[in-house]
Amino acid sequence: MDDAEDTLRALLVLALAGDNDAYAAFLTKSSVRVRAYFRRRLDAFPNEVEDLVQETLLAVHNRRHTYRPAQPLTPWLYAIARYKLVDLLRAQSPRRAIEVELDDDEAGASALFEGESGAAEARRDLLKMLDTLPDRHRLPIVLVKLEGRSVAEAAAATGMSEAAIKVGIHRGLKKLAAQASKRR
Amino acid sequence: MKTETLIAMLARGPVGVAPGAVARRLLAASLGGVAVALVVLLAALDVRADLAAAAHEPMFWCKLAVPLVVAAFSLAAVSRLARPGERAGRAATLGAALLVALWAVAAEDVATAPAAARATLVVGTSALPCVVLIAVLSLPLLVSLFVALRGLAPTRPAAAGAAAGALAGGLAAAVYALHCTETSLPFLAAWYVLGMAIPAALGGLLGSRTLRWA
Repeated sequence: MDDAEDTLRALLVLALAGDNDAYAAFLTKSSVRVRAYFRRRLDAFPNEVEDLVQETLLAVHNRRHTYRPAQPLTPWLYAIARYKLVDLLRAQSPRRAIEVELDDDEAGASALFEGESGAAEARRDLLKMLDTLPDRHRLPIVLVKLEGRSVAEAAAATGMSEAAIKVGIHRGLKKLAAQASKRR
Repeated sequence: MKTETLIAMLARGPVGVAPGAVARRLLAASLGGVAVALVVLLAALDVRADLAAAAHEPMFWCKLAVPLVVAAFSLAAVSRLARPGERAGRAATLGAALLVALWAVAAEDVATAPAAARATLVVGTSALPCVVLIAVLSLPLLVSLFVALRGLAPTRPAAAGAAAGALAGGLAAAVYALHCTETSLPFLAAWYVLGMAIPAALGGLLGSRTLRWA
């Protein structure tokens, strides 16, 4: 999320200083984010998604003077997208519009990047790699490193000795690190 | 139209924007509105006859300063609320704290005054005209600020309208202070504040309906 935030912000700052190429890149990247956001919210009206993306881009363009470089960019973009979404939903179904309006901004802002954010992706990858480990390595890592239990608790829960838990974590993490570096 | 075509079209023209666009529009609207309010004041009410003498009284400056501080906080709040995704921020809290402090000092003034003088201290001689005239003088400001806001992008229209109303009220009260001859702080704390609260409430009510942009 922070990477996307920094990239988008840098592009828009360049664009506001008059850089057309940066502006085109900014709009393209923004359209991807905004499209994902609308798709998630508009499962009932999939045909509206692209129209709404274009309306949002147009609003971003016409209101780009309201962006202040010190301001976080993600909430700014998201607030415009949400404004357009509420407009559309109000016309189609007043109750859904209210639900979206009551939606907390921060939650919405992270939803905008959900699924594409680096952190979420990394987490998904980690879980996938964990599944490839044998139980004697996987369980100690899940219990102690992910769920935050003590070595003694993990030993009691699995019926393994404390020493086996510690060894399992150590070897398991080594294997994960080896897998992760192979992927890159 | 395809989205890529739209993007190419939007990115073709001059895309740069001079920094400070929001502040510039809100300041221009404020100055324009103050000018109209001043003209109305001079035409319909005139400034107080003893203005030169009054300039030596601290209370004269206090009646100017309190509304102007309210206006400054409101301007800070409205220039944030004019941008998508921003909240009023610290300005609203500081403005509320200022009001509480003003009321505390005013209550102290009333409590320490002799019982017979208390009513006069609060009500003065012009409570009703004070409230009504501040609200009336705020109307041109409310209109010019709403026009400016519609050219920006408030995504919390009620809050943005209320902040614009408080800004209109603060500036209108400062203009009205040039006419008003009251000399007590409790009067300021009661009636000036009520006069400024009216456009703030009106702005909040109108905001959610009229501050739409596309």
